[in-house]
Amino acid sequence: MNNGENMRLNGEADEEDDDDDANGGLAAWERTYADDRSWEALQEDESGLLRPIDNKAIYHAQYRRRLRSLSSLATTARIQKGLIRYLYIIIDFSRAATEMDFRPSRMAVVAKHVEAFVREFFDQNPLSQIGLVTMKDGVAHWLTDLGGSPESHVKALMGKLECSGDASLQNGLELVHGYLNQIPSYGHREVLILYSALNSCDPGDIMETVQKCKTSKIRCSVIGLTAEIFICRHLCQETGGSYSVALDESHFKELLLEHAPPPPAIADSAMPNLIKMGFPQRAAESSIAICSCHKEAKVGGGYTCPRCKARVCELPTECRICGLTLISSPHLARSYHHLFPIIPFDEVTDKVLHDPRHQTPKVCFGCQESLMNPGNSPGIRVSCPKCKQHFCLDCDIYIHESLHNCPGCESFRRPKLATYDE
Amino acid sequence: MASAPSKLYADDVSLLVVLLDTNPFFWSTSSLPFSKFLSHVLAFLNSILVLNQLNEVVVIGTGYASCKYLYNSSSYSNHGLEDGRMPALCTRLLKNLEEFVIGDEQSIKEDPRGGTMSSLLSGSLSMALCHIQKVFRSGSLHPQPRILCLQGSPDGPEQYVAIMNAIFSAQRSMVPIDSCYIGSHNSAFLQQASYITGGVYLKPQQMDGLFQYLSTVFATDLHSRTFLQLPKSVGVDFRASCFCHKKTIDMGYVCSVCLSIFCKHHKKCSTCGSVFGETPVELDSVSKQKRKTPE
Repeated sequence: MNNGENMRLNGEADEEDDDDDANGGLAAWERTYADDRSWEALQEDESGLLRPIDNKAIYHAQYRRRLRSLSSLATTARIQKGLIRYLYIIIDFSRAATEMDFRPSRMAVVAKHVEAFVREFFDQNPLSQIGLVTMKDGVAHWLTDLGGSPESHVKALMGKLECSGDASLQNGLELVHGYLNQIPSYGHREVLILYSALNSCDPGDIMETVQKCKTSKIRCSVIGLTAEIFICRHLCQETGGSYSVALDESHFKELLLEHAPPPPAIADSAMPNLIKMGFPQRAAESSIAICSCHKEAKVGGGYTCPRCKARVCELPTECRICGLTLISSPHLARSYHHLFPIIPFDEVTDKVLHDPRHQTPKVCFGCQESLMNPGNSPGIRVSCPKCKQHFCLDCDIYIHESLHNCPGCESFRRPKLATYDE
Repeated sequence: MASAPSKLYADDVSLLVVLLDTNPFFWSTSSLPFSKFLSHVLAFLNSILVLNQLNEVVVIGTGYASCKYLYNSSSYSNHGLEDGRMPALCTRLLKNLEEFVIGDEQSIKEDPRGGTMSSLLSGSLSMALCHIQKVFRSGSLHPQPRILCLQGSPDGPEQYVAIMNAIFSAQRSMVPIDSCYIGSHNSAFLQQASYITGGVYLKPQQMDGLFQYLSTVFATDLHSRTFLQLPKSVGVDFRASCFCHKKTIDMGYVCSVCLSIFCKHHKKCSTCGSVFGETPVELDSVSKQKRKTPE
């Protein structure tokens, strides 16, 4: 038995030796500390004792900082967002996109995340349109026209997954410039370039093309997959876009999804206008009608144009008969939380909590979770500056990131009816 | 986007959040007395709790001027019958309900105002969603939540944005909003809520049989619903209400900057302050231009 144990110990020692070679000579005990960094999860309290850091509180503090910086931005300028966007995504499918530093390859990673991005984009920008362009063999290929259906873009992209040759930034920009120049003045013109290569193989002077984009008010943004390149930075600076380089796959995803919410409108980049639109009603599930888009009889679930009463199958679209833009009000309503942002809640200070004149609520107004500490003293909480109700930290995050309503303000009828006219 | 956590609980355990409309303006005009309505609903809630011993029921009161949690089955240990008389649910719920209705009426008297007869659906929906998020946070083992709106008052157009925000949040966390509308006209808000979140919208024809409607349509858990023939929608009113007069319109003008809806042409957008120069355009001019280009 003793022998057996020795054997096992020896075996482990051997293994460790092998690992040591791979890990640059760290001993096993050193490695566990190097990996876990367990000392970072400790902090010293007032009396000098070591305590584990309350991660939740830190996370919440970070979240509140972010919220405050966002709201200060929103209050300095009137909220004007480019909600009607015309975005071309230029994807680099040159030789450089076959590199394996992203797994399985840059091309596969880019395609996967562009698919997710397209869906998220239409979720957040209901009236906007996307077009896809690829760069390979020194030329730019037009993949899909500007359109509002995520499925058609994803299908076109997945059918064309191959890379070869060089990338040409100039050719890509020239092609997109030609298309974006035609869109109406109230639309925001944007280009998002996903660039794998470290070079650009151009037929002429790219600086001229950059200036052309600038005069056409096309906002160009680049996400690089390799390293920062001067021409990309120059392009983004000139046209008011953002330039970032991805460190790894999750970072790339994060950078890409940052482009989904509407950007703040740049002054005079688009002419405001009123657009005439129809809000059709959805017909009963059992009704039968001939739709104007496929010209065949269909049972149930169509929409009727309010102007000419023609039947269409899908929204948003434009009526085939009278040309009215048809949209459902939920499509528009998805973006309203950008317009009526909910003000950040204030942290309730200890002074207020221990003031005997104030009666502090014992439960969170939103979810009824107890707000008391185990010792029956009032715990950490936030309160809405408008309705003065108290909320727990989890509700605070949910209310600001997903719900966009304050349950407290919504639950009491205010003296003035004009809630959203301010 | 926050997706709902994976649901490992038995799929027939439900958490039912009931939003009870207590608007006195509606119930004073309704053909069905509130007391009768309540007896139907209490029988229904009891049957939910009896269907599965892990089922939970939360009742939130939707008043004219306020909203409040009235009952939560998980916060009391349910003893069923007390001395063979009324079950715990009825006494607790009725007591809280009475306090709530009295308080609600008090605030109406303090601030009397004609015109709107709607109740604060946006508030009770937001509270219900906050409560459901707490259930999601409680761990991977949680009952399947759903919301049931028992609504009679007409829609309040001023709540449009808030209700839509709540609907989209419910859709993102995959919480269906069922609605049983007992008013005289259909409710566009509840139709949209149920359509978007995949819930059932029902407008009972005979109020005497309310319990039957409730127990046949809304009592089954979400998993068993797939085996049932539930009422199909009789059309959804997707009309929007304009920002300027809060009127429901089927055709209107949309600001290109902020997508605010107006019923007639304005010179300036009241929401974002943009000044509109030209005459209104139709969006299809884009595609006409596009068609001209060679493809």
